[in-house]
Amino acid sequence: MATDKQTKIRTKTHDGVTDVLVLVSHPMETGLRTDPKTKEKVPPHFIQKMSFFLNGKEVVSTDLSTAVSKDPLIGIKLKGAKPGAKLKVTWSDNKGESGSEETTIN
Amino acid sequence: MKKIFLFMAVLGVFAATSPAAISDPATDLKNFQAFFKKKFPTVPFDEYSNGLYALPGFEAYKEQWTMYNEFPPFELGLAIGEKMWEKPFKNGKTYASCFKNGGKNIAQGYPYWDEATQKVRTAEMDLNACLKKNGEPEFTDLDKNQGARVKLAQLTAYFYSLSKGQRIKIDVSSPGSVKAYEEGKKFWWSRRGQLNFSCANCHMELAGKNFGGNQPLSAALGHTTAWPAQRLEWGRLETIHQRYKTCNKQVRAKPLKHGSEIYNHLQLYETYMSSGLPLTAPAMRN
Amino acid sequence: MTQHPRRTFLRNTLATAVLVAAGGTGLFSPPRALAAEWPKDAFTAKKLDEAISALFGSSATSPSASIKLKAPAQAENSAQVQIQVTAELPDVEAIAVFVEKNPSPLVAHASFSGAEGYFSARMKMAQTSDVYAVVKSGGKLYTAKQNIKVTVGGCGG
Repeated sequence: MATDKQTKIRTKTHDGVTDVLVLVSHPMETGLRTDPKTKEKVPPHFIQKMSFFLNGKEVVSTDLSTAVSKDPLIGIKLKGAKPGAKLKVTWSDNKGESGSEETTIN
Repeated sequence: MKKIFLFMAVLGVFAATSPAAISDPATDLKNFQAFFKKKFPTVPFDEYSNGLYALPGFEAYKEQWTMYNEFPPFELGLAIGEKMWEKPFKNGKTYASCFKNGGKNIAQGYPYWDEATQKVRTAEMDLNACLKKNGEPEFTDLDKNQGARVKLAQLTAYFYSLSKGQRIKIDVSSPGSVKAYEEGKKFWWSRRGQLNFSCANCHMELAGKNFGGNQPLSAALGHTTAWPAQRLEWGRLETIHQRYKTCNKQVRAKPLKHGSEIYNHLQLYETYMSSGLPLTAPAMRN
Repeated sequence: MTQHPRRTFLRNTLATAVLVAAGGTGLFSPPRALAAEWPKDAFTAKKLDEAISALFGSSATSPSASIKLKAPAQAENSAQVQIQVTAELPDVEAIAVFVEKNPSPLVAHASFSGAEGYFSARMKMAQTSDVYAVVKSGGKLYTAKQNIKVTVGGCGG
């Protein structure tokens, strides 16, 4: 049941560098937590890959793990991104679920 | 950990800043805020709206909190709250229609004494009443149903965010409101639980100290300004009554019901004591 | 992980949907895969050196003062520790973050093609530990480390 799946992007450009922060609603379950109701271990459910595309070109590719916090925050910096450039972030997890978001850099 | 508390109780650390029996809210407020000004002379008044992170000795935590706030996780819950607020009911109306000024810049007056019903009303209650008025199902079973309670917290958080920066201004002029205020004040100053602590013990005398090594104690001044809030360890937005419940549990006292009258009265007292502070809700708190 | 027909279908459908959506804007060009597969061996390695080796093919690293770590000396909460890595080195190809005392030290790995040598994330720490940033620059591996203290427990509600 996909309820509140969100991928949010914040960017800030200064001196030719664009700071990019991505916040994703994702449980990032480690597989070690016991469900208090069922008393069973909650299986691992985590984002494995997150990629960043600037004007269609992949500029950063990340591999993540269960050690990344719940509702993960990932930060990168772009260089030479001009106002109006399109930034796209995509991610996929170990259960085959995925998400993406696009923004325009100003 | 019990030993520490017994030790401190014996030391009489908890001697009185409890207010005189015969007092009025305005005088109580003056004394309450003066207490903190004396205890933390370097902390500017408005900074208390930042909770623990305003206090001396927590500079390292404040640095992390500042980094955190560049993109804090509660933005996710807040976005859900915004969606709920904007979505029309089946009859076409939205939440904004139930509130003065469309819900903007009014949260600083919550909770309030409702003369008509002779009861204290919180934002959560008014949001539920809005649902009922418009033929929609309310958020119920808030003690047990975390899903419903968190959704209400997210909606309430968005409601408060529409008043961000507004300074707390609670009306306790009517006799009914004073009676409710006094009940809240009594709860605040009464010891409870196996650990026999009152709210005042931890959040006034011991404010700024660390409880057993990993539970820093916030100052009562500024307590309510961030709520609904997201505690680091909870990973979700929550209501202030949920915090009252877990806090009661921390001193091994039986938590009361979410939305109970006594918690409403406590919230009225606590919020009034932060009169003049700017709202920062929703925010990250320890 | 066994193949689940419906999930595979959904995954492929979603992937196709993403491609179609992107194609519609006229901005899409097939992405050059920077790192094709999720490096499972590196993420399951239990020791720091093994994890570095599994990820980069070698654990021969040299410390570098040009790698700046911004992280707390004492984490407020062990499940939300934010670290920022700035690699002031030429031609940064990759940055990886490791928490030595985590059950599996590798936390995250980023590969770059035209972006700055910078990476930040919020991570979980099992206990007080040295945290390492390993940077691949000009084909060589460089490291910087910082200790982060974590108090477990407390009276959380």
